Amino acid sequence: MNSLLRILAILRKEIWQLRRDRLTMGMIIGIPTLQIILFGFAINTDVRHLRAGVADQANTQVSRTLVADTEASQVINITQRALTPEELETMLRRGEISVGIVIPPDFERRLQQQGRAAAQLLVDGSDPIILGAARQLTAVPVNYRLPPSPIKSASVYEVRNFYNPERRSAVNIIPGLLGVILTMTMVLFTAIAIVRERERGNLELLINTPVRTPELMAGKILPYVLIGLIQATLIITLSVFLFRIPIRGNLLDLYLAALVFISANLTMGLFISTLAKTQMQAMQMNFFFFLPSILLSGFMFPFDGMPGIVQHIAEILPLTHFVRLSRGILLRGAALIELLPEIRALAIFMVVTLTIAILRFRKRLD
Amino acid sequence: MNRDIAIRTHNLTRRFGTVTAVDHINLEIPRARIYGFLGPNGSGKSTTIRMLCGLIRPTEGEAEVLGHQVPRDAESLKRSIGYMTQRFSLYQDLTVQENLEFMAEIYSLPHAKRRTRIERALRDYQLREFHDQRPETMSGGERQRLALAAATLHEPELLFLDEPTSAVDPQSRRDFWETLFALVHQGITILVSTHYMDEAERCHRLAILDHGVLVADDSPQQLMTNIDASVVEVEASDSQQARVALNSLAKIQSVTQLGMRLRVLVDRTEAEPGKYVAAGLRAAGVKANARQTSASLEDVFVVVTRQHHEKAAA
Ligand SMILES: Nc1ncnc2c1ncn2[C@@H]1O[C@H](COP(=O)(O)OP(=O)(O)OP(=O)(O)O)[C@@H](O)[C@H]1O
Ligand SMILES: [Mg+2]
Repeated sequence: MNSLLRILAILRKEIWQLRRDRLTMGMIIGIPTLQIILFGFAINTDVRHLRAGVADQANTQVSRTLVADTEASQVINITQRALTPEELETMLRRGEISVGIVIPPDFERRLQQQGRAAAQLLVDGSDPIILGAARQLTAVPVNYRLPPSPIKSASVYEVRNFYNPERRSAVNIIPGLLGVILTMTMVLFTAIAIVRERERGNLELLINTPVRTPELMAGKILPYVLIGLIQATLIITLSVFLFRIPIRGNLLDLYLAALVFISANLTMGLFISTLAKTQMQAMQMNFFFFLPSILLSGFMFPFDGMPGIVQHIAEILPLTHFVRLSRGILLRGAALIELLPEIRALAIFMVVTLTIAILRFRKRLD
Repeated sequence: MNRDIAIRTHNLTRRFGTVTAVDHINLEIPRARIYGFLGPNGSGKSTTIRMLCGLIRPTEGEAEVLGHQVPRDAESLKRSIGYMTQRFSLYQDLTVQENLEFMAEIYSLPHAKRRTRIERALRDYQLREFHDQRPETMSGGERQRLALAAATLHEPELLFLDEPTSAVDPQSRRDFWETLFALVHQGITILVSTHYMDEAERCHRLAILDHGVLVADDSPQQLMTNIDASVVEVEASDSQQARVALNSLAKIQSVTQLGMRLRVLVDRTEAEPGKYVAAGLRAAGVKANARQTSASLEDVFVVVTRQHHEKAAA
């Protein structure tokens, strides 16, 4: 009973302080809004309208048709004309074009020969996404009047895009982004919440009261759980209205997943707060946690492409599991029951970090 | 558990690396009294108080506070002690009312009592007009009243006050001490650290700390009576010359200038210190008036810290 009262006392105090803390309030609303809008509008992995140059040394009916068909795919916009492949290479190096099309003088003769490419694509491979987009161009068929070749040039596979048929990047990015934004803010909130008391001298008073460590931790976590859920709501609302993100699964499932994920991040923050002496240190440590989270979680790069040991590290990070949960529920319409291992991993992370934080926190100054 | 003793320590020691902040201190602090810690900066006052609260572990020795062994049983002690930290440690971004409500709840005061206690605290410490104001906008004296109100809200038996009046004007200091005596009258024990002599003199009993060592421990009156020196006041036409002359005399411990006068501490072995000083000055050709006077607490402080330094050097 008294224990509950003390938790409520801490909780109420945190809310009083939060209400007056303009910067933090701004962070709660500002960071998600800004990120969603930036990522949603600016990032597009389905690349179109790459700047391209053409060196058509054959300049025949067939070659002109090929160039026109290629441009019609909308992957490229032809902005430059060149006479030689060397000129195209220079343009590529200067960054004036991302793709160069070279059609050699003996183009039509090459077309007759099996197993030999008739034309060349020069691609700026320094950006993997451009490289991927340019590869699509190899599928452009050549229409020429010559007798049809005996070998059928159709692909073996036909791709059926399941959960994102329109191939919209926002749909790919935003479910993961929900987790990224929550990681960014939640860990920092609790990491700073205790360090700030230490820095301002409040802790010397607080540890001299009958409050117990688990009560202090609970009182510090609970208000931010609420804030995390508010943030999640804001992000989901913006995503649905601005980017038509589908919610194919159950919204309640998503909130439950978010609740566990938010708690796991908050307990991580508490753990950091027992290591850091100043708010600055807490922020730096937060960065050490955030960076691997964003890189290894599968948000940026596919999990399956990572080496085994890196996958093991990624499995520890809460964001990895939440990216799977969020994509599963939002896009694939999966039920939470089907994703239970992810929830379990988050729960274990939460219990472990909270226990370490409680054990490490001493009601002492030395 | 002794009914008359609030705090007892045995060889209480704390080292920070090579620094010995508190050096084998033995204390016995009676209940319902104001007990003072007098000492210069860095003498170990705060460190001792923190050890008695259980916030810092002693390197050596033990302490018993209100019958509890600290730091082992510090948790069970929390409810019966109040601690006013040297640095203001309430929340600067909460109002006076909110700070007091928070303290009342964290000490789990029953709901009915919470209101009345806060009301009484606002009245007793003249904080009512500030109840909606935040400490960051209040004066040193107002903040100090708030800190004391918060430390006493749960009616502790024992109150630790670490330099409570360092940012406070003399009038507010007087008022503050009136409040302390009222608390003691209710049976509360107060341990207060200070480096003001006038405050030290108001304590029932006083410990003088120097470099972590307890160099004196008695009532202020006894300390002044038992001072290991005689005090002579000198009025000279040329005080600078008088000072030089006195410093060359063998039995002089120290000479301090107070405006036009000099305060001279003479060894106790000298039977007639007034005459001894007058003769010394006359021999040096200085015109002066010398007469013996009673010791002040500052004289005591000078003597005990000097003796301690001499012992440490030897
Ligand atoms: N946490 C600490 N780490 C290292 N040294 C410390 C620590 N706390 C205190 N000290 C050292 O211990 C000595 C005693 O410090 P303490 O704060 O107890 O003195 P004080 O009498 O309260 O001084 P003041 O009047 O300035 O408050 C000082 O030399 C100080 O530098
Ligand atoms: Mg101090």
